[in-house]
Amino acid sequence: MNRFDYVRADTVADAIKALGGDPNARFIAGGTNLVDLMKYNVEKPGRLVDITRLPLKSIEEHAGGLRIGALVSNADLAYDERIQARYPLLASAILAGASAQLRNAASTGGNLNQRTRCYYFYDEGTPCNKREPGSGCPAIGGVNRIHAILGASESCIATNPSDMCVALAALEATVQVSGPEGDRAIAFADYHRLPGDDPSKDNTIKPGEIVVSVDLPPTDYGQHHTYLKLRDRLSYAFALVSVAAALELDGQTVKTARLALGGVAHKPWRNLEAEALLQGKSATRESFKAAADLVLREAKPQSENGFKIELARRAIVRGLEQAAAGTPQSQSDKRIQ
Amino acid sequence: MLIESGSVGAHAKIGITLTINGERREIEVAPWTTLLDLLRERLDLTGTKKGCDHGQCGACTVLVDGTRINSCLALAVMKDGAEITTVEGLAGLAQKHGTNTLHPLQEAFIEHDAFQCGYCTPGQLCSSVGLLNEGHARSREEIREAMSGNLCRCGAYTNIVDAIEEVMHQGAAR
Ligand SMILES: Cc1cc2nc3c(=O)[nH]c(=O)nc-3n(C[C@H](O)[C@H](O)[C@H](O)COP(=O)(O)OP(=O)(O)OC[C@H]3O[C@@H](n4cnc5c(N)ncnc54)[C@H](O)[C@@H]3O)c2cc1C
Ligand code: SF4
Ligand code: FES
Ligand code: FES
Repeated sequence: MNRFDYVRADTVADAIKALGGDPNARFIAGGTNLVDLMKYNVEKPGRLVDITRLPLKSIEEHAGGLRIGALVSNADLAYDERIQARYPLLASAILAGASAQLRNAASTGGNLNQRTRCYYFYDEGTPCNKREPGSGCPAIGGVNRIHAILGASESCIATNPSDMCVALAALEATVQVSGPEGDRAIAFADYHRLPGDDPSKDNTIKPGEIVVSVDLPPTDYGQHHTYLKLRDRLSYAFALVSVAAALELDGQTVKTARLALGGVAHKPWRNLEAEALLQGKSATRESFKAAADLVLREAKPQSENGFKIELARRAIVRGLEQAAAGTPQSQSDKRIQ
Repeated sequence: MLIESGSVGAHAKIGITLTINGERREIEVAPWTTLLDLLRERLDLTGTKKGCDHGQCGACTVLVDGTRINSCLALAVMKDGAEITTVEGLAGLAQKHGTNTLHPLQEAFIEHDAFQCGYCTPGQLCSSVGLLNEGHARSREEIREAMSGNLCRCGAYTNIVDAIEEVMHQGAAR
């Protein structure tokens, strides 16, 4: 790990000031991603601003929904009674990720800003456009089993590894940030970005800005939802493909649908056309297959991950079936019903 | 600002207070020292093990204010003021609650043969104490999932779950 200065802030304003727009300074919360990357010399900050003492640790009622402080731990969020009752999809997605120890340490803001698990990104001995802009992307034509099938570019095919963010995308959360130029709200769909020709940027937060909260709007997805995560091991592994599905049903007819995929793109992947297609249709396998086909119409395989397209297709159908039946995937009993 | 290392000289060490296994200690640490390295290299508390050093194995699990975390991914300086319990402190924790010379989970691990080489055991023990403190796991399946952050290369998993299940049913948390 490189040498750095350490600053501990006690207010949001102090934290923003301490970062001081310095491109080489970083906020640190749980540290479960940043410290890991520092040990691999992928991150070499000159200064760390410890934000764990900021008063952003509560979950509050807000505009009919809930406002989640950026420093609420992943565990506290998943086990919060209001989250379990009103946003069970979010609780389930969080519990599908990492381990109990990591979820205890990891924060909401940190989870949103975690970086890709692309092997080359982690290995400073190889080129990588995300780590070193312009150096190339060895994942293309290289080892790319875990890489993107949607929205990738010629400069980067990495995926966003978060489970929590897939549920937040489906639930249409809003990210509240604060910075030297004031406060702003970012719709979740606009928070993460596609790699395009600048994969060094994972998201649209500006230098010097801090995430202060994530707001959940009121929803009607408490009954018909699921988070289905498929991976190489049943636990403690990142998603190859995951599906957050939520339905509002009127009898057997779909009133509204939300569908977001993890593990397939540089950001949680939503396809509004596919959601619209489901609207007014009966909640049957045929409808779900049509939606899956639409989501994957533009999917492109890399040399080693073609299997993900069919895996995603089946996961979407199964996820929507689980949601329709009101039988969400259990995150401890791993059998897929 | 509560603390600023740069203001007292570049990369200065910082004084922190930790209560480790019941003993209050004032320590100067460089900000890049992980809690795991502080425990093992500076304080000779080598019960806590380093497996992967990257949050992938759970061997370094300790309790911070009663909550289990991976000490390899925690910077010691950030835990200023916290109470840390390592495997060396589990027996003391049990005695404080008037039970035995060993923590009930330690006894159950012996009883159920829940280890072979023992390398993962301190982490498994701290993790299972954390699991009981959390109180979310009830079934065997839930114990397995809640312990999935602790790998055991010897494959003692079944016996580890037996041990935890027994203590859980005795209701002997902490
Ligand atoms: C072995 C392992 C397995 C894992 N498995 C999974 C998994 O299956 N699914 C999954 O979803 N995740 C998984 N994770 C990732 C884990 O969820 C993240 O590491 C964690 O959520 C990051 O949160 P943190 O608070 O520790 O972030 P930190 O490490 O403290 O920070 C991460 C980044 O976010 C920035 N940041 C932090 N807070 C803010 C803020 N408020 N505003 C602006 N920027 C901020 C930091 O500057 C840093 O760049 C795994 C991690 C490990 C080590
Ligand atoms: S996929 Fe992206 S992160 Fe991975 S090597 Fe290519 S540029 Fe780097
Ligand atoms: S040493 Fe910390 S998780 Fe492996
Ligand atoms: S007992 Fe040997 S690694 Fe678990």
